[in-house]
Amino acid sequence: MNILVCISSVPDTTSKINFTENNSKFDDNGIQFVINPYDEFGLTKAVMLKEKNGAKVTAIIVGESSVEPVIRKALAIGADEAVRINMKPLDSYSTAKEISNYVNENPFDLIIAGKESSDYNGGAVPGMIADMLDLPFANACNGLEIDGNEVTLNREIDGGIEKIKSSLPIIIGGQKGLVEESELRIPNMRGIMTARSKPLNIIEVNNPTIMSKSIQFEKPAEKGECKMVSSDNIDQLVNMLQNEAKVI
Amino acid sequence: MSILVYAESWEGKFKKSTFEAASYANQLAKDLNTDTIAVSLGNIDESELLKLGEYGVSKIFSYSNITKSDNKNSSIALANHAKESKAIIFSNTFSAKMIAPRLSSKLKAGLLSNVISKILNSNNFTFQRQAFSSKAIETVTVNTEKVIITVSPNAFEVKTNPTNCEITTNDENFENQFSIIGSETNSGKISLSEAEIVISAGRGLKGPENWGMIEELAELLNAATACSKPVSDIGWRPHSEHVGQTGKAVAPNLYVAVGISGAIQHLAGVNSSKVMVAINTDPEAAFFKAADYGVIGDAFDVVPKLIEEIKKIKN
Repeated sequence: MNILVCISSVPDTTSKINFTENNSKFDDNGIQFVINPYDEFGLTKAVMLKEKNGAKVTAIIVGESSVEPVIRKALAIGADEAVRINMKPLDSYSTAKEISNYVNENPFDLIIAGKESSDYNGGAVPGMIADMLDLPFANACNGLEIDGNEVTLNREIDGGIEKIKSSLPIIIGGQKGLVEESELRIPNMRGIMTARSKPLNIIEVNNPTIMSKSIQFEKPAEKGECKMVSSDNIDQLVNMLQNEAKVI
Repeated sequence: MSILVYAESWEGKFKKSTFEAASYANQLAKDLNTDTIAVSLGNIDESELLKLGEYGVSKIFSYSNITKSDNKNSSIALANHAKESKAIIFSNTFSAKMIAPRLSSKLKAGLLSNVISKILNSNNFTFQRQAFSSKAIETVTVNTEKVIITVSPNAFEVKTNPTNCEITTNDENFENQFSIIGSETNSGKISLSEAEIVISAGRGLKGPENWGMIEELAELLNAATACSKPVSDIGWRPHSEHVGQTGKAVAPNLYVAVGISGAIQHLAGVNSSKVMVAINTDPEAAFFKAADYGVIGDAFDVVPKLIEEIKKIKN
């Protein structure tokens, strides 16, 4: 089985977010970039499927050379080879299109992406790829079993879970539950050493189609002072929530 | 020309988020001087469909045999009616997140998710959306002929505009790419993404056996329950309740955080809430810097008192 895992490079979740050039660009000064947390669940699942049934795992990333440490980490965790599409991922459509172009020439049985990236939160790339390649698609997957050609998966719906049966090839948007937090892997020294010798193919892009463009960023308005209420006067708190904030 | 809204239903019923999306679509239709039309998927009564007329929808196309999980056929149905549409509006729900990207690719229409503003410039499609897990607001423009928007739940008021509404039903069968073999839902519970009040608790509760009072408080206020990441990681509460950067983002009118310190990743998922209350034993807890109201105290002392006081005003 050939598995493709789509990796996005995002600021570490503890990062303070700032903008530069008149608030038109994300300020990556001093920011540590990591594998998008949702992608990491999918990558770990792919590596576990490989260990169980045998598979080849390819990690793909869209980005300039600065994202290479992130894709090398995917190799250290257990992907067999990596592909970097040499383009700044400016919008979801161009990102999905370039990944689809790659898959058209290099078919995969299973494509795993994250349900969204934790930076721009677009959540659009896997669904767009599904349409471009005419593949079945399920998003917010929190359980996946593969038996031969048959796929059984769980996906999150409002207030619950839906169980779906489908067949390979398929694309999913993953999240926690695909594997548990405790099953995530920290690359060991051997993984890091072998990652250096695994293939990393670079694909060049001509004139990507960009549909949307970021113009400006701002931070949400600062909250006012927090009004402190004594734990002996909870009636006051309820009164303020009812009559001042008018939320209950 | 028209504005098309996806009128999502759950077991044959619309929810507030559907009417928010319809109201949003109708406002955009007014701004662009056109009509609002809707597509509904799945089995639904005519009387329910007609409720969309209250929010300015003048035409409804109802596909009774397409389930919304079947994102391929859902996107084909929407694309059939979007030919004349300038914009296609969704509420940012689980199924919208599957259908809207497919539709974007099919129609070559730019997709903006988590939108929180009206159209800012009617000469081109410029909107504001949430990004960086609500840590930033991004102004974005789309350069395609049509735009697809998923609106953030609770970001827009439901607004009535009674309109004469015409229904066309399609009961064709479509070949599906997968089959749904079952589902489990807590039907008695209020969904976290739509709740107007959320009661959330963290490690300060010391163990899963202590969640009774959180559930009681939530029930009194008709609220949803949520939790912090550590609590879902150790299995005290289901993953689906985890709010924060790698869980769910919520934007209720009231968010009550009990025994949650307020790590930056947690605040990212909740700081769009209109009012936040923090209850924590630690006066230095970061949540007090983000909250509107704070109580320094033990959850086991404060929450029962809060339940008593809420009972008084509810009676």
